[in-house]
Order: sequence, then C-alpha cells, then structure tokens
Amino acid sequence: MQTFNNITGNRLVIAILVCIFIIYNIIIYKGTQPLTAEKLSDDALAGQLLYQKNNCTACHQLYGLGGYLGPDLTNIISTKGKGPEYVKAFLNSGIKSMPRFHFSEKQKDAIVAYLREVDKTGHFPDYNARMHPTGWVEIKTKSE
Amino acid sequence: MKKYGLLFISLSLGALILGAFFGVLAAVQYVFPDFLKEVIAFNKMRPFHVSTVLAWIILSSTGGIYFYLQEELKLKPSASWTYKTHFWIFVICAIAIYVSYFTGQMGGREYLEFFPLITIPVLAGWALFGISYFKTTFKQVTNWPVYLWMWGTGIVFMIYHLTEAHLWLFPYFREYFIRDFSIQWKSYGSFVGSWNMLVYGTLIFVMHRLSHDETVARGKKTFFFYFLGLTNLMLGWAHHTYFVPMATWVRFLAYLVSMTEWLVLLNIIHGWSKNFKKKEKSSIHHPAYSFVMAADYWIFINVFIALLISIPFINYYTHGTRITVMHSMGTTIGINTNILFASLIYISVYLNGDRIQKVIKQLRIGFWLMQSFLLLFLISLLWSGIKRSIWMYSQGEYLPFSVLHEEIKPALISFLISGFGLFIALALIAWLLFRNGIYLAVYKQAGEASNRSKNRW
Repeated sequence: MQTFNNITGNRLVIAILVCIFIIYNIIIYKGTQPLTAEKLSDDALAGQLLYQKNNCTACHQLYGLGGYLGPDLTNIISTKGKGPEYVKAFLNSGIKSMPRFHFSEKQKDAIVAYLREVDKTGHFPDYNARMHPTGWVEIKTKSE
Repeated sequence: MKKYGLLFISLSLGALILGAFFGVLAAVQYVFPDFLKEVIAFNKMRPFHVSTVLAWIILSSTGGIYFYLQEELKLKPSASWTYKTHFWIFVICAIAIYVSYFTGQMGGREYLEFFPLITIPVLAGWALFGISYFKTTFKQVTNWPVYLWMWGTGIVFMIYHLTEAHLWLFPYFREYFIRDFSIQWKSYGSFVGSWNMLVYGTLIFVMHRLSHDETVARGKKTFFFYFLGLTNLMLGWAHHTYFVPMATWVRFLAYLVSMTEWLVLLNIIHGWSKNFKKKEKSSIHHPAYSFVMAADYWIFINVFIALLISIPFINYYTHGTRITVMHSMGTTIGINTNILFASLIYISVYLNGDRIQKVIKQLRIGFWLMQSFLLLFLISLLWSGIKRSIWMYSQGEYLPFSVLHEEIKPALISFLISGFGLFIALALIAWLLFRNGIYLAVYKQAGEASNRSKNRW
C-alpha cells in the first residue's frame, strides 16, 4: 500500500507540474512581447539571418547574451560616436580576431537594419535601472 | 544494448579529447588573434569546441544509461533496432555538423549553429532513445527509483526544448525580436536542465550502487529534490534574461524559483555534517568515489555562485561578463565531467577491475591535475569578468573595447595556460579509461572481463 501511494503520489506531482508547464508555455509563447513592439522589417529579418549564418554571436552579445571576444551590440547604433557607418567599417575591414567579411552593400544595410531594430527594443547595460531592497532590478523599455 | 552503450561511451571519450583540444585552440585565439584566423576563425572555432564538449556530456550519459539498464539493472532490452539506429544516426549527425561548421554552412543559433535541417535527424535519434528507454523500463520496473524518473524526464524534455530552440524557423516567433530572443534563451536554460537530469540521474545511480543505501534512490527527500529540479527546469530559465524587456512576471517568477536552490545548498551542508559524524564506509575505496566527492564540492561552489548571480541586483553587474562563463564552466567541467568520469570509472571497474587497479596512480594524477587546473581556470575567468564589469559600468563610455581586451590579457594568458593543463588532465583520464576499461570490453574481452571483475571493490 505504501509503495502504491508513493507511485501514485509521484505521478500526481509530475502530472500537476506538467499541467502548469503547458499553461505557462502557452502564455510565454503569446505574451512575452511588449504591447508596443513592432514587427521586424524584411530588411531586419534578412540581417538577422546574416547575423546567424556568420555566427556573429560567437563573439558579440545582444542584451549581454552571446560571446565575450567582442563588445555587446544591443545599442551600437544609437551610441554616441558609433552608429551605422561605424558598424559597416568593421564589417569591411575586420579587426584582430574578427575576420574581414565580404558582404555586399545590401547585406551590410540589412545587418544595420537588424541592429537598429534591436536597439529600439531596450537598453543594455541599463544605466537607469532601479534597484529594490528585495534584490529586484526594475528595467525600462525604450518606449517607456 | 550493453555493446551500444559502450560504443556511445567510446565516442564520448573521443569527443571529450577533441572538444577540449578545440577549446585550447580557441583560447589561443583569445591571446593571439591572428592564430588560424584564415583557416578557422573564432566564429567557427567556438562552435567546434562547444558542440563537441556538449557531445561528450550527452553521449557519455546516454551510453551509461544503456549500459546500466541491461548490465546493472538486468532489464531485457527491447526493440534492438531503436538503440542501434540511435547510435548510427548520431554518428552521421556528428559528421554532418562538422561539415556544416568547416564549410561555413551554418545558419543556426548560439550552441546549435549548424545548418538547422540537421536538427531533424538529431530529434529522430532522441525519439529512438525515448522509445528504447521507455519500452525497456515501463513493463519491467513497477516502482521506479528516482534515477529512472530523472533519465526519462531528461529524454522527454531534451526532445521538447531542442524543438523549442528551433521555433524561430516560424515567422510568428521570428518576426518579434523580444519574443524570439526570450524563447531562444528559455529553450537553452531548460535544455541545460534536461541534460542535467541525465547527468544527476547518473550520479544518484552511482551513489546508490556505491552506498547500497535505498534512501539514495527512493527516499522522500530524494524525490523532493527531483521535483524541485524539475520546477527549476520548467520555470527558472529567465534568470538568464533579467535585462531583456519581456513580461516582468516571467522574470520575477524565475527569481523566486531560482532562490529555492538555497534548499539544495542547505541539503549539501547537512549531508556533509552527517558524513563527518559517520565512520568510513567501504565505498570510499572505490576509485569512482573521489570523482563523486569532487563533484559534490563543485556542486556546492557552483550552486552558491548560481544563487548569487540569480539575485537580479548582483546579476546586474555580472551579466554579460565572463563571471557567467565561470559559472557555466564550473558546472560543465566541475560537476558534469566529474560525475561522468565517476560513472565511467564505475563501469570500467565493473568490466575490468584488474586493469583499472594497475592504472590507479595515473588516474589519481589525472584527478588532481583536473581539479587544480579547473580552479585556476575559473579564477582566470572571474578575474577577466570583474575587469569587464568595471569597464561596463564605469569606463565603457570613454574607454574603447580594444583597450579593455589589452588590459585583461594577463587573465586571458592564465586562462590559456590553465585550459591547456585541463586538456592534458582530461585527455589522460579519458585515455586511461578507454584503454583499460571500455576498449577491452567492446573489442576484446566482452563478457569474460565482466564476469571476472564484478564487485571487486
């Protein structure tokens, strides 16, 4: 009887967790996007694909996620002294570990479009984040 | 099934040596940027390294599970075509992934950079693993010990999260950056949780066999921690994305769930204090025991680090720096690799205890080299992580990134030296186990060796 109860109890806990997981996933797949968000343009989507195909993420980060050999690119387009031409210059010449990519002008524009639209979504690092006594950190989207 | 388990393990040991070697080459590129730049630049070298060492973790867990099911749990394998096909599919996928990286035909995302179509046969391989596993266990075991639950959970969630990591192929997900990015990192967080189920299940199996203590495999506390791990796998991923502007409740829930790991930490401390009071047990003479204990200490250190960096206030300063890498290297090498070595030593002793006894000194040397270089490796990462954090929050606006890179060069050189030392240690242990345990069983004395050496320790 004891064994039966254990087996049933374990199965019940698993069943409850799986139900929570299913509901949670449905909400995540539908609701993680801020309401003010805009769709990526066709150019940006093409740029995203180039970013993937050339594995830029091996060295660069977006929102602090990615490789560590190069700088984070979340706000590279809007940072003072940087911007589209700065990005294109690195794509043209390469630097240190970064190979020289042979992108066409259209492809470079697509990568810049992708980074520009990523830039619009938020800040990293967020210098204006608010710290709470609970250890929580409040961040803001660019539209706020 | 046993033979194929050992073939998986042979392949995993090769992957470990090769993956660590790629890691050394990548570390050389950190210090000397022009090294192999024209042949395999860093954007190709990193996937070679990451995919190969991930293969070590997954293949050795898989091989161990197949081996234990038939040889130790005495279950009759069912549907032999499933595990045979599983093995050959993974061999072909490994070749395809290497070709994809070498030719630059990538297109996937971080950690899964290979050409996305290769994921279909990889998923088929996992599905076959699932069929083989559940067909073998369902009918023959009624009251499952926790490691069977963990292995089953690991397989099912691995299939789910590998699929989830490719949802970006659908426009609904790809077209909105934050949704896409969040789900990408959700899948990675849970993906790690899934292979941890396979690895920690293996740890509990080995501990159970060494201690002969039923509560290790069936106790209430054991099941409590399994359910806690599963909850973390499902809901705790968003501590990777505290600063991605997605729904606040998702991130806050992850904060709460992550903090439950304090219970894991307290349990480890409680376990240690209990062991200090106990007299020595016979199991401590088993060569696998030192790796189990090393894993225990690394679990303590890494859970503590994970807890700290899961507090958003601390994560704010560590996120985007090599402090995160220190944590992930601490878990994959310090915890996962120590556990998997313990498992493979257990199997090697089971298969050919005489030969393992003859190389026990070399194994000990490998063990201490591994732990020492790992410590230096993690300190190097912490050092460069702290420097980057200072740069991000106080110098980034006026000091170019290239200046930071020059400033952290001593830390990177230390990283390279310790990485090379780690490679030597891992390769030594892997070779000793392959040459003296696994190889003999697969190619020469299968069966004979097994009967001769059973329960030597």
